[in-house]
Amino acid sequence: MMSIKGFFRGRAAIQPIWIFVIAIFIFFSFMSEYFLSLGNITNILVQTSTIGLIALGMTYVMINGNIDLSVGAILGLAASLAVGLQDYGLTIAIIAALASGMLLGAINGLVVWKTGVNAFIVTLGAMLGIRGLIFLYTGEQSFYSMNFAFSDFGASSIGPFPVLAIIFLLCTLVMHLVLTRTGHGRNTFAVGGNPEASIDAGIRLGRHMMINFIIVGFFAALAGVLLASQMGAATPNLGRDYELWTITAVVLGGTKLTGGYGSIVGTLGGVLAIGILRNGMNLMQVPAFYVLVVLGVILISVLIIDKKLNVPSTKEVRI
Amino acid sequence: MTPVHARTGQRQPIDADPVLKLEGITKRFPGVVALNKVDFDVRPGEVHALLGENGAGKSTLMKVLAGKHQANEGRIILGGEEMAFENPKHAKRAGVVLIHQEQSLVPEMTVAENIFLGSLPKKWGNRVDWRKLREDTNAILETLKCSFQHDDLVGSLSIAKKQMVEIGRALVFTPRVVVFDEPTASLTDHEKPVLYDVIHSLCEQGVGIVYISHRMDEIFHLSHRISVLRDGEYTGTVNTCETHEDEVTRMMIGRSLELDHASKPTDFGENMLELRNLTVKRIFEDVSFNVRKGEIVGMYGLVGAGRSEVAETIFGLRTPVAGEVVLDGEVVNFRSTHDAVAAGIALVPEDRKDQGLILGMNCRDNMTLASLSSVSSGGFMKGSAERSVYDKYHQAMKIKTPSWRQKVGNLSGGNQQKIVIGKWLHTHPKLLILDEPTRGIDVGSKAEIHALVKDLAKSGYAVLVISSEMPEVLGLSNRIIAMYDGRVTAEFDGDSVSEDALVQAITGMGTSAPAAATA
Repeated sequence: MMSIKGFFRGRAAIQPIWIFVIAIFIFFSFMSEYFLSLGNITNILVQTSTIGLIALGMTYVMINGNIDLSVGAILGLAASLAVGLQDYGLTIAIIAALASGMLLGAINGLVVWKTGVNAFIVTLGAMLGIRGLIFLYTGEQSFYSMNFAFSDFGASSIGPFPVLAIIFLLCTLVMHLVLTRTGHGRNTFAVGGNPEASIDAGIRLGRHMMINFIIVGFFAALAGVLLASQMGAATPNLGRDYELWTITAVVLGGTKLTGGYGSIVGTLGGVLAIGILRNGMNLMQVPAFYVLVVLGVILISVLIIDKKLNVPSTKEVRI
Repeated sequence: MTPVHARTGQRQPIDADPVLKLEGITKRFPGVVALNKVDFDVRPGEVHALLGENGAGKSTLMKVLAGKHQANEGRIILGGEEMAFENPKHAKRAGVVLIHQEQSLVPEMTVAENIFLGSLPKKWGNRVDWRKLREDTNAILETLKCSFQHDDLVGSLSIAKKQMVEIGRALVFTPRVVVFDEPTASLTDHEKPVLYDVIHSLCEQGVGIVYISHRMDEIFHLSHRISVLRDGEYTGTVNTCETHEDEVTRMMIGRSLELDHASKPTDFGENMLELRNLTVKRIFEDVSFNVRKGEIVGMYGLVGAGRSEVAETIFGLRTPVAGEVVLDGEVVNFRSTHDAVAAGIALVPEDRKDQGLILGMNCRDNMTLASLSSVSSGGFMKGSAERSVYDKYHQAMKIKTPSWRQKVGNLSGGNQQKIVIGKWLHTHPKLLILDEPTRGIDVGSKAEIHALVKDLAKSGYAVLVISSEMPEVLGLSNRIIAMYDGRVTAEFDGDSVSEDALVQAITGMGTSAPAAATA
């Protein structure tokens, strides 16, 4: 046990989830002949890109000590706008979709900051409200894209690499760098770790909180646009339960719900774990319900293992 | 003034067989020997003080005693019987109780429920016997001479009263040995006598008391014997009436410490900070004083007198309803801490852990927290620049850490405080405000921090020190501002003021004619 603990302590960047990702990767490589191929692996990246993109923003918000439950609804709204506004031009439709996400994120952030009401409650309300807006806007109808540039984009590739996978990996890299290398990233950790001490250090807590809500709003909207482009359509129910999948991925990746701790590398691991499990079990023709059961069990198991590994020991001896 | 180090105690040692004996206790943690063959005993009716610097092993020894840790070697003998406590509850039932440094009460519950938490009196059908609970609680409150009621919510009590509740808990099981771990750390000078009375009355009932504290005055006032630990080793036991502070200090740190009054700064410049009739509703009123460049001004008063709140107002955390804060000749009245920091104010807060540090972050990141822009370019931080900032203050202040990657939550109080101070020094402030800079810090680090503060003032910083410890205020300040009940009652010269005059000024005696003996 000691050596395992030491292993993880020394390498803060390596989350336990990556061991798990590698393990299931090897497992499915043996279990299914279709699993280990470039086509399937890029396919996993495309399938996870939607939740993955939102999870990047969610990681920031959660490290910051907040949570955003409205991401699924923002995704749905952005998807509907991106398809529904195409009469005014594709660019305008996409810009409007992304802007709606950032605006709603800004409102979430502003309310949390100014009122001090728990982000869980504020964004729970936003989740219900925004879903209502989608139905108002669409009149319960699905929209289909008549613009082939839009619907082809979601399936396009550069060489053997699907564009969606490339976008997701690029965003992951940028978000990782911003979190670990910039003042905003550092202050995000500080505010989540101890808001009072952050204020004492002259950090503008509200500003960082708002920026992070805008970031997650942006990524939810981006995920919505890309998902709509993949399907060539938008349905009013699009993005239901995505907030739960996203939070699952982020928590699997080792980010603490209490704030102050987490990483994009871990989140990528969490996203891939979900993606590989779904894909692999699908290839093994396991019924979809079992996949849910397995994921639920794994989420709880990973957190139990994490808790065991983080038991205070030698270094806590301060006397 | 009497030389501080000459103090000795009056109490004669009590001649009796020990109620509790620890023999050759050794406790190893992976990689560390926290205790090495430590002997310790307590006689009934005696106050036995346990001293040692932070990290010397006092708390570990007491945790072994109270069943929180199990010793690797050694014996615990209670009333002639060898014991092996497996957990705190076991130890408690046998009559060994630990009163915690950090309080562990449920604020939403009443005093009675807290005192009997986990051992509520029951009647038929496993229902709580409220009447017995009330009667038992009242009996305990009476022994402790408490002024509050059994049905008061603990959350509404002051810290001192909460501590009484904590002590009340210890009395539920007839205790034979009670361990007080830094009990006065959060008490004000006028709340302490109440605690002392409780300790005396426990002694009279034949209970053995172990008293852990950093404060020499208390130890010499209270204890019969003193034992000292250093680096996990037992260095000896002395009778309080036959020793003096210098000897005890030498036993603790292996050398003697000079409280150096002569080294105060002497060279003052222009006014750096001036408060003009500053008022915050219901907290403090009409506060005016100034701090010059190169000067240390002490702010002395009881907890609740409004000292910290004045500092918070200067720092932009509170909005004054009247009056002005003038910094370097400009009226500022900050509305956010960000502006205050940008203008050159630094506040080392009262509560390091809650307000000063991000405990889960490493040492380097905490150090650069208030000055990120100085170590970044184009929005991106430069690791090498951050490291050199850390290295600079790490060396300058002799911070003891294995590496910059260490989480500050794992450091001792003294080293944590140095990190907070280092964080502020790197912002190159014009005014440094220190709120209780040495609370809960061992004597060695305390002396280092005092020397550091004086050096900073001499190099031109304007320093405002808030403290509840008289020796600290007297030893550091050029001038002392006394506060009582939200008002400045007097201003004294730091070298010529008498302790009596100070006490009078902070307890509201003679406020009708405030003495104005300015420097």
